Amino acid sequence: MDVIETDIAIVGAGGAGLRAAIAVAESDPSLSIALISKVYPMRSHTVAAEGGAAGVIKGNDSLDNHFNDTVSGGDWLCDQDAVELFVNTAPLELLQLEHWGCPWSREANGTVAVRPFGGMKIERTWYAADKTGFHILHTLFQTSLKYPSIRRFDEYYSTDLIVEDGRCTGVVAIEMRSGRMVAFRARAVVIATGGAGRIFPFTTNGAIKTGDGMAMAYRAGVPLKDMEFMQYHPTGLPGTGILITEGSRGEGGILVNKDGYRYLQDYNLGPPDPWPRKKAMELGPRDRLSQAFWHEQQKGRTIKTPHGDVVHLDIRQLGEKMIDERLPMVRELALAYVGVDPVHAMIPVRPVVHYTMGGIHTDIDAATPLPGLFAAGECACVSINGANRLGSNSLAEIVVFGARAGRGAAAFAKANINKANRMSGGAGTAAEAAQARLRELFAREGGGDSVSSLRKAMNDTMESGAGIYRTEQTLQETCDILADLRARYRKMPLQDRSNVFNTDLIQALELGCMLDVASAMAQSALQRKESRGSHQRLEYPDRDDANYLKHSMASYRGDGAPSISYRDVVITRSQPAERVYGGAAT
Amino acid sequence: MSRRPYLRKVERNWWLQHPRYISYMIRELTSLFVGLYCALLAVGLVRLSQGHSAWDGFVANLSSPIGISVQLICLVFAIYHSVTWFALTPKAMPLMMKDEPVPGIVIVGAHYVAWAAVSAVVLIGAGI
Amino acid sequence: MSEIIMLEVLRYHPETDSEPYFQRYTVPYQDDWVVLDALNHIKDHLDATLSYRWSCHMAVCGSCGMTINGEPKLSCHTFLRDYRGGVIRVEPLDHFPIERDLVIVMDSFMDKLGSVKPWLIPKQDKPLSSGEYLQSPGELGAFHQYTQCINCLLCYAACPQCGLNEDFVGPAALALAHRYNLDSRDGGKDARAEVVASNEGIWECTFVGACSEVCPKHVDPAAAIQQTKISASVDWLKDLLTPGGHR
Repeated sequence: MDVIETDIAIVGAGGAGLRAAIAVAESDPSLSIALISKVYPMRSHTVAAEGGAAGVIKGNDSLDNHFNDTVSGGDWLCDQDAVELFVNTAPLELLQLEHWGCPWSREANGTVAVRPFGGMKIERTWYAADKTGFHILHTLFQTSLKYPSIRRFDEYYSTDLIVEDGRCTGVVAIEMRSGRMVAFRARAVVIATGGAGRIFPFTTNGAIKTGDGMAMAYRAGVPLKDMEFMQYHPTGLPGTGILITEGSRGEGGILVNKDGYRYLQDYNLGPPDPWPRKKAMELGPRDRLSQAFWHEQQKGRTIKTPHGDVVHLDIRQLGEKMIDERLPMVRELALAYVGVDPVHAMIPVRPVVHYTMGGIHTDIDAATPLPGLFAAGECACVSINGANRLGSNSLAEIVVFGARAGRGAAAFAKANINKANRMSGGAGTAAEAAQARLRELFAREGGGDSVSSLRKAMNDTMESGAGIYRTEQTLQETCDILADLRARYRKMPLQDRSNVFNTDLIQALELGCMLDVASAMAQSALQRKESRGSHQRLEYPDRDDANYLKHSMASYRGDGAPSISYRDVVITRSQPAERVYGGAAT
Repeated sequence: MSRRPYLRKVERNWWLQHPRYISYMIRELTSLFVGLYCALLAVGLVRLSQGHSAWDGFVANLSSPIGISVQLICLVFAIYHSVTWFALTPKAMPLMMKDEPVPGIVIVGAHYVAWAAVSAVVLIGAGI
Repeated sequence: MSEIIMLEVLRYHPETDSEPYFQRYTVPYQDDWVVLDALNHIKDHLDATLSYRWSCHMAVCGSCGMTINGEPKLSCHTFLRDYRGGVIRVEPLDHFPIERDLVIVMDSFMDKLGSVKPWLIPKQDKPLSSGEYLQSPGELGAFHQYTQCINCLLCYAACPQCGLNEDFVGPAALALAHRYNLDSRDGGKDARAEVVASNEGIWECTFVGACSEVCPKHVDPAAAIQQTKISASVDWLKDLLTPGGHR
């Protein structure tokens, strides 16, 4: 097997991965960096984020406000030392993006503009029209081209971490264009592979969000934290699941049911002011809005369409000029994909899976418990988002923790520069084992299962058993079905056995990752017998701080179900209280 | 290595595959006629410098049926050339007036006005 | 009996085929389906060996560029309803080598993109502690359109010069250089000129304009290149009159 030597290996070239690479390059230009991604960096899913990135810069705001909004938004499951660090660092990182050329939208006086966003007391969401993720990603990618020490390995699919002597010493990957396997030997590894929304059938997430890095770390013995917390974004297009940004509500959009009624006022989010009141109504937190939809659906007050039930997002009152200036992509998407011009008609929307709060367990320096392994971005769980993420915290998170992961990896690499990080000159036994597993997959014959049939079965059971509202029965059923699917997966043959750009193979490997991650999600959800944030149990409708003010930690147990343990949440200065939104909050 | 990237050759008749390429080729072709007319004018200057009979002979040739046909063809293609050129000018020279972009039609219109003005001067100068 | 539609898709397996060929598939017709949905249906239910790139399904990642009935388009933004009752021919983008099926080799584009130094080269350095570079909405508006490129390569497929000359830097790369040249914070026009104002740069362009016609994001790279031609010519003239005169 070919071996590529590098000081740092970064898996994933989205916002967090690119930021980490730049951080390493700036901290020490002599360190070699292998930036490994299964897609070209411009395709990373950061590109689809729309609304904005949160950072305190205006005079009427304070770091305390951002801290408190985030902690209460996360239903007190956030580690407060991490949140403190996050809110302090976010403005600097967003400013750094501006210095690198990011085209932030501006006030008339030339300073960066901010807009209101869900769950935030004061507006602090920096935005670049309604394509903030696109602009952040392209700014980071284009900036990364400046640094000769960053070597890119585009369209390399990473399959396994190399762990030797209790340290992470590299990563094994498939060069997709040729099918050959490569072992990257590194002194430190950063995983920045994003979330796992494709585990569910209706999602804003693109094809590539399959939890590959989470699965790699998980199988290597790193626990996945808080996996039961999946965020449903309240406004996705029916059918495609395409994201309609929260920014449309920040600018004054409203949600109505089939009677044209602003139903959110029935769910402790009122009063229904005509102007967007912060933290109220349509600017409430995402979990509450998605849960309100579910209740409206139970009451038969949603609108039926061929693609399921929807409610209506009305932005007509904003006027054509403002829509074209601040929400141009929303207009384009609605026109193209549902044939609606939001200047004149209401957009059909429904909650769709959007963000994975849980992920690879890291500390506030983005280090995992496995020495030499770091993780940042949606694939990681620090945790700053707790049980529910506030919109626009994620785009800030990827640059804050991407930079931290890069610097941490660089420091680790330099501290271990004299330690031999290879057992032999070759790829090592871990890499050879990975290759053997691949050969076995190619050699399988027969069987009635395919990637698409198993994937659909996984999607269906996750949606029905681990959706917005869950019960013991539905979750147990899902856990059982997933166990069965994992067993069938181990016998599932490939339908394409070629070497050159074999996407049946890649999809099969992605499916394996999703099945493992899904079992961690379902099992964690089954064990958490309370409702908190985006995890709602019908038979346990209240929050139970006495027993569950803790992070769940799912540990890989091979073919069996993961074992779930618990870890205390770091509470510093915000004691758990009631989450208050609506008129009472401001 | 199992890779064998396959590059499809560009055919000689690539420009016939789509109306946009055909009109592009026609546009480019018209520049030949603009060049031809410039050559004609250059010859005229030379004839002028060679005295009355040379100049009269030149004008006689221009007035012949062939001469008039050639000039008409050049005129048609030169107009087509200019019209397509003017239409593209807003792309090449976008103008801003107080933070708002000047509408394309204004920029194009200004070119026509200038063309008309120059034409008027030439025609008046020629005694028409 | 539900409605169907036919797709004729280019296939190429470099390990076994000497050249590409077309394969026909019958796919269910749905009013709100795009060509990408049809390809996913083929892969999931008819032929798992079909390879193609895609991700976001919302025309922002740039992965799914293909030639559809002779036109370069994003397969996630090309609706079946516009081809109802006919056959849809799906091929990889022109002017790039075919790796496999609908997947092209885009190494040359990545090199060209990097060659124009597409990063901010600030006019003046400013420490982070002093805050943001001030930029008025008008100044942002001057270059904003050129920031919209999703690197989908439809412009390279449409441009005849890209087909005739593989060294041409190309529309998207030149539009991106223009984006930075117009950014009020940037002072890197001269640094980029070596590649941008070279024979393989703007001067290879003959203003066919096909790039701007097919661009799904209305970037208008043709305009970017013509504006750069004027700006480069003015700089050249100034230098002619006084050495380094354009600085």
